[in-house]
Formats: sequence, structure tokens, C-alpha cells
Amino acid sequence: MYKKTLHQLIDLINKKEITGREIHKSVLDRIDLKDKDINAYTTVFREYEEYGKDGILKGIPIAIKDNMHIKGKRTTCSSKILENFVPEFNATVIEELEKESASFMGKTNMDEFAMGSSTETSYFGVTKNPWDTTKIPGGSSGGSAAAVACGEAIAALGSDTGGSIRQPAALCGVVGMKPTYGRVSRYGLVAFASSLDQIGPITKDVEDAAILMNIISKKDEKDSTSVNIKREDFTQYLNQNIKGMKIGVYDKVLKDCSEGVAKSMENSMDILKNLGCKLENVDLPSVQYCVSDYYIIAPAEASSNLSRYDGVKYGFRADGYDDLMDMYIKTRTEGFGDEVKRRIMLGTYVLSSGYYDAYYLKAQKLRSLLKKDFNSAFAKYDCIISPTTPTEAFGIGEKAGNPLQMYLSDIFTIPANLTSIPAISIPNGISNNGLPTGLQIMANAFREDNIFKCASAFEKEFNIIDKLPMN
Amino acid sequence: MEYEPVIGLEVHIQLSTKTKIFCSCSTDFGANPNTHTCPVCLGMPGVLPVLNKKVVEYAVKLGLALNCDINKFSRFARKNYFYPDLPKGYQISQYELPILENGFVEIETDDGYKKITLERIHMEEDAGKTIHKADGSYVDLNRTGVPLLEIVSNPVMHTPKEASEYLKAIRKTVRYLGICDGNMEEGSMRCDANISIRPKGQTKLGTKAELKNMNSFKHVEKALSYEIERQTAIIEDGDKIIQETRLWDEKNQITKSMRTKEDAFEYRYFPDPDLVPILIDDNYINQIKNDMPELPKAKYERFVREYSLKEDDARILTDEKHLADYFEEACKIHNNPTAIANWILTEMLGALNKENKTIEDSLIKPNQIAKLVKLIDNNTISGKIGKSVFAQMYKTGDEPEKIVKEKGLTQITDTGKLENIVDEVIKNNEKAVENYKSGKKNTIGFFVGQVMKATKGKANPKIVNELLIKKLEEI
Repeated sequence: MYKKTLHQLIDLINKKEITGREIHKSVLDRIDLKDKDINAYTTVFREYEEYGKDGILKGIPIAIKDNMHIKGKRTTCSSKILENFVPEFNATVIEELEKESASFMGKTNMDEFAMGSSTETSYFGVTKNPWDTTKIPGGSSGGSAAAVACGEAIAALGSDTGGSIRQPAALCGVVGMKPTYGRVSRYGLVAFASSLDQIGPITKDVEDAAILMNIISKKDEKDSTSVNIKREDFTQYLNQNIKGMKIGVYDKVLKDCSEGVAKSMENSMDILKNLGCKLENVDLPSVQYCVSDYYIIAPAEASSNLSRYDGVKYGFRADGYDDLMDMYIKTRTEGFGDEVKRRIMLGTYVLSSGYYDAYYLKAQKLRSLLKKDFNSAFAKYDCIISPTTPTEAFGIGEKAGNPLQMYLSDIFTIPANLTSIPAISIPNGISNNGLPTGLQIMANAFREDNIFKCASAFEKEFNIIDKLPMN
Repeated sequence: MEYEPVIGLEVHIQLSTKTKIFCSCSTDFGANPNTHTCPVCLGMPGVLPVLNKKVVEYAVKLGLALNCDINKFSRFARKNYFYPDLPKGYQISQYELPILENGFVEIETDDGYKKITLERIHMEEDAGKTIHKADGSYVDLNRTGVPLLEIVSNPVMHTPKEASEYLKAIRKTVRYLGICDGNMEEGSMRCDANISIRPKGQTKLGTKAELKNMNSFKHVEKALSYEIERQTAIIEDGDKIIQETRLWDEKNQITKSMRTKEDAFEYRYFPDPDLVPILIDDNYINQIKNDMPELPKAKYERFVREYSLKEDDARILTDEKHLADYFEEACKIHNNPTAIANWILTEMLGALNKENKTIEDSLIKPNQIAKLVKLIDNNTISGKIGKSVFAQMYKTGDEPEKIVKEKGLTQITDTGKLENIVDEVIKNNEKAVENYKSGKKNTIGFFVGQVMKATKGKANPKIVNELLIKKLEEI
């Protein structure tokens, strides 16, 4: 049962062949079998909890990245500083899922405060890639992606600040979507970089992604940055003929990609051509500065967002301090991991007087330039495609000592966050080393319709769903 | 050498909105610690601020009242620093794009009106309170997120008196607008001062000190005066002023160094990504304009013009909007503004001031004070009886007619009745009659007094006077 997609299970429940409780049991058994090895979860909900049966999701359990609040369950952000933090309210996405009778499977592992591309920075240990457990699953939503890939979850939510949904989805051979910024409420998502964070689905196929997107996309009065845009049924864009669709191919960095990724990409272009799409190389000159830009803006916001973890009100507080300042220093020194501290330092530095103009302000200007580049590209193209990642999943520990190398693994995904546009990653191949690769499809802001049309049509021609490591 | 002090003030006013600036918690003062809180103002992980639109409305009102430029596009910024009563580790404020810029506050000086120009006014959230006790420090977050407007003046004031007049003018304005109660002692209006001195005639500013912890207009004046002396002495000794923050110590009547510039905070301001920019259009501004109450200066000028009041009387009456409203309401009932103003300014305020009360505490309603004046004006009672009626009204809030009736205080205007009493008084005071007849005409006062005494003050003094003169001349 755990192997099935969300929409298959919805059909089976509708036919009264199974129940949500049985699915929960099946997934739980799978977790008990696999998670000692994979470590996809920080908290597993062993008891099945029901929120009605009439909604679309019919009681099917969804896995939630451990930076979104489920009332009464701990939200750790995979950090020691929030190890025992239990929120007293639901994230808006959780409220929306409950309205549609979702149940929850548990909270999934992640890089600490979503800072990382491998889940190696988790306080609770690395999540392993189910395709090859010597490899990382990607990150920061590595737990969600790994769980979906190996049947430890039917579907999951992740969050994406610089690729944290799409990159692990690509490396685990599943579908991951980052919606347009403002499409989904961030209320109850523990902030990493507020102007970039967006919640989205990680699923086995495109239809499942559309189903979850239908539920979580909504203007929320509690989130001033959520946008009041008409709710639409994304499933209507599935299984359409995309003949004539204009697609820009961002191929500038293809030469820097691994052989397997490049091969998958070439194959994907052929598939799209065969579907009747018009492909053209697109030049996005500002993209080359994206990673630098991102590593100014995201840490700047993070350094401020993470100030609240000071040991005063909740969360971890160090023992044995002399005075207030000592308490702050010890709490944050012991409570945060190295990567989080690195980014707090980076962010604090770029916001400091004398550096603000040179770094933060310049980064904002570059962000505007980038938006301009993409805007003019979307005047010509319905979608822009690229590989999701430059390489397949790398080895555990391989890049942990080299932050710059690690940061570069998000080179393709970062532009969508900086420009607020939606983007999806869908599986587009399995390399010779047996690891999956992903195709990223981007569209203009609030044009998820184009993404779903393109992704669904592509998936019909090519998918690896039967090859997922489910056994 | 002669020195000139240069003073600029930063005034925080706490807005009297019902709810906080970014959540729906109550702003009421005096609740048990940490009861007016929610995940948003507690800065829990995952929460987001949502702007209370009332705060923008109040800001625009103040902007219109103080002649500011209203920015059509402004935004919130985060001011980052660590302190236990700042739960998010940053205060949401405005930095490079405040809602209001420029503008001025008019104050009255001995040389007439003076415009104190403003640099900016911005919106921000208040922090909580840290309470230090013998057994430890406690944090109360009820105040966290209460909306504030910070009014920053240019360094254009030159005397402590000007500074306190400026504060009073702001207090009067915000109270008129109904956006803040302006209570410095309770902290709903707070003031920090930047002060430096320079040789008279020099345009370059001297090194400034920032003064804090002044909880009344008096403290502000005293602290500034102290600081002028302190800085002047340092400069005259040939030493240099250090840029620093100093606290006013009311007990010892001095300012004390709190921190120097080297310890100044690095606030790392940047635009708050959780809030969208605030967009204001002309339509919105015009709506608020139409809703603006008459402001103190306009009201003062109208009172002088419309009611022919003396300038000083009009000034006091318009000092507080409630008092001005009280006066106008009374005038609607009985059209004798001068008399009504006199009663309010002498009797009413005299009595209220003695008890440290304000017009809002008065049991006497505006229509009642009007009726009292009317009773005097139509000769039902004398002015003197009026005072005793007032005293009773002040105590009980009773209607003046009821008091007059119950105590039988109606003035005696019956000439026949008064003639008898006058005759009796003349008969019983031969000595005084002699004095009168010998030319001491002012003895008449004595006779009037006697008649009043005999009638318990109820005799109409005018009639008594006429009768006495007539009778005495006849003798």
C-alpha cells in the first residue's frame, strides 16, 4: 500500500477498498523496517489521528518537514535549540490539510533550520539516500524526499528557500514543487529567510503534487506576504497536449554538470521536442551571480530570524552562566550547529554598518536585475528548463567540509527563489551510477499552470516511478 | 565666551489603539504580567506580523496635524538587538522610509510663535518591560507590540523652556487627535533629548549627549539645564565633550553616563521581509483629513474671535480638548460665554485643581454650569449665592434649580419686603447713619452687608443699594 501514490489511494478509499488507518499502518510498518537506516523522521506519529473523512485526502497520512507546526507535536527544525519545542498552534498549511481530512505521519528530518543541501547539518543525524545509503538525499527537505522515495511516506510537505524541495526531490527521484512566493502561507513555518521561504509538496508523481497544491494554495490573513489570487484547480492542467509550448533551455552551465545529469538533460530536451514543444537556448546573464546573491540575502534574513532563540522564553538554555550576556552566548554556542552559526555570522556581517551598502543593498539590486532577466525571458517562453542539480547525489561527508562546494549544488534552484517564481523538479533519468536526476521546469510568477502542463506531459513520456527503492 | 545650547528631541507616543500593532492582543495598561500576549507578540517560532491599519490612520492624523510630508510608500525595518524584553531579538520599526517626514510643531515663546521643525515620524512596536527585583529579573511582555510613533525633531531648540513647550504642544496635539493620552509619568509619552553646546554664532554642531529617563516636563527642563551647565563647564575648562548616553537621576538632580559611543549598538537595520510596503493614496489621506478634529491653535483663535474671550482665558480653555468642548457645550445652553468662561476658569478649575482632578472628573455637567449662570443672569440668585450653589453642585452633581428651590435661595426682589429690612437696618445702626450723613458715602457698603446678612445673602444687591441710598438721603 505504501508504494502507491496519493491519488491511487484516494481512489481506493473512495471505492471503500482501504481506509486511512490501514494506510497509516502500512507506512508505519515501512518506517519501522527502513527508518533505522534511512533516518527520514525526527518524530513518527505512531498513533493514527483522524480529522474527518469527507475531505479530499480521506484520512491519508502526509509527512511534514520538521519546520512546520502541528499543534501539540514538537517542531525541532532538526536543531538542539528547539529539540523539545512544542508549538501551541497549527501552521496554516496544516489547518488547510486538516480541512481536507489529511492525517499526519510524522515530522521529517532536515538540515538544521533548513540550512544545507544534504541534511548533514541535522542535530538528529544525516538522512540517507534510499537509492544508495552512502549518499546524501539532498536538503534541506531531505527527510521528506527520502521518505516519499522509499515508501516511508505517501506524500510530504517540504520548504524551499534556495532549492530545499527541488534539490532533494531530484536526488531522491521524486517530484518536488516550489510554488510562487506568496501562493502558500508561511504562517507556522519556522522562518529561515522570510523573503525566499515557500512551502510546497514532495510527491511520487505530478498529479499528487497538483492535489496538494490545490489544498495549500490560499491567501492567508495571517501572512501579509501571501497573495490574494484566485484559487485554481491545478489538476485541470494535467494530461494536456503541449504541442507548440515555447520552452527556454538554460544550458549555460551544462558543461559544468556531471555526465549523467547532462545526458538526462539532453534526453529530456528530445522528449519535449517530440511532444511538439519549441525549444530555444535562453540567456539569463545575471544567473551567474545567483549563488553569491543568495548567500548574502538568505543569511542576512536568517541572522535576524534566528535572534529569537536566546534561551529566555523557550527552547534550549545552557546551564552554568554568569550573567545575561554569558547566558546568550553559551545558549547559542551550544544550541546551534556550525552551519547555522556560519550563516548567522555571514548575515550579521553583511548587515553591519559600513558593509550594508556593499553587500545587502547590492544583493537586492542584483535581485531586481535577475527578475528583469526572467521577466524578459518569460515574455518569450512559457517555461524555462534546466537540470535541477549539477550532479547526482554526492557521498555523505563528501562536501561537508567545503561549504562553497556545497552551496554550488543549489546553483540551478536558487534563481526561482530570488525571483519568486514557481519551479518544479521531476525525475528525468537514472545515471549509470544508479542515481536519479531531475529536470527543473520554471514558469513566470503565478503561472503554475504552465509548469503542471509541461511536467505532466513529460511524465507521461518518461518516469521512474516503478524504479523507486520501495523494496 | 557665550555659548548656545542646541537641543533636539525624540518623543515616543504610545498610541491608544485597542489592539497591538502586529497582533490582536489588548493594549490595556495594568493587566497581570504576560496576560496580554499571544504567539505573535511573544515572538514564537513560525509567527508573522500583520499590520493594524489603525496605526497607519493615527500616524497620518498626526502627520496632517504637524504639517508633515506623508510618504505614499513607506516600509517597516528590523532593528536588531538582544534584550530579554525584546522577544524576537529585533524591534519592528521604520528606518530609511518612514511614513512621515518634515513638518513642524508651533510653540509660543516670549518673542511670539516659533516653528520647531521635524525630521521624521515613524511607526514602531514597543518592547516589553524588564523588572529587576532582589531575587532576580522578570520580563513582562504585555507592552510588547503596543504601537508607538516616534517623533524626531531637528536640533533647533535652544533653551530647556523651548523643549518643554515643544513637548507640551505635542502632548496637546496628540490628545486633541485622540491618538495618545500623553501621560509622561505613566510612560505613554516618552522623551529622549540630544543636547550639545557651541559658541554663539558658530553653525557647526558640538558633540552631543543623549539624555534618557526623564519622566515629566519638569525632568526634561531640569536635565537639560543641568546638562548645559555641565557641558559649558567642560568646554570652559578646555576639555572635550564625549559623545555618550546619559541618564537623568532625579534623586540627585544630575545626569549620569550610561554608555559611550564606543558601546553604541550595531542595530543592523534592514527592511522587514515579513511585511509588505505601506501604500497610501490621496483618497485615503483626504478621508482622514475630513475626519480631523479642530486643532488647538485654530480652536484658540476661534474662541477669541467667536466668543470674544480674553486671550489668556481662551488659551486655558483650549489647553485640553475636553475643557474646550465643555465650555462650548455650556455656551449652547446659555449664551453668556464670558460669564461661563469665568465660572469654569475660576470656580471649576479652582476646585478641580485642589483635588488634582480634571474636567472629565467633574460631577457638574456643562448644561448645569450653563443653568447656574442663567439663574444669576435672570436675577433668580445673586452671584454670591451662585458660589454656594456651585459648591453644592460640585459635591453632589445636583441641578442648580433644585438646590436653589430646596434651600430657598431665590433672590428677594420684592421691593416691599426689602424696604422693611432696609428700614430695620437703618434703625439699628444710628452710628453708621451719622457717618453717612457726615459725608462718608462709602458707609453704604456696610448697610448693604447688613441687609445681606439679614436676608442670608438672598437680597438683590442692586435693589438693596437703590433702596438704601433713597432712604438714607431722605433722613
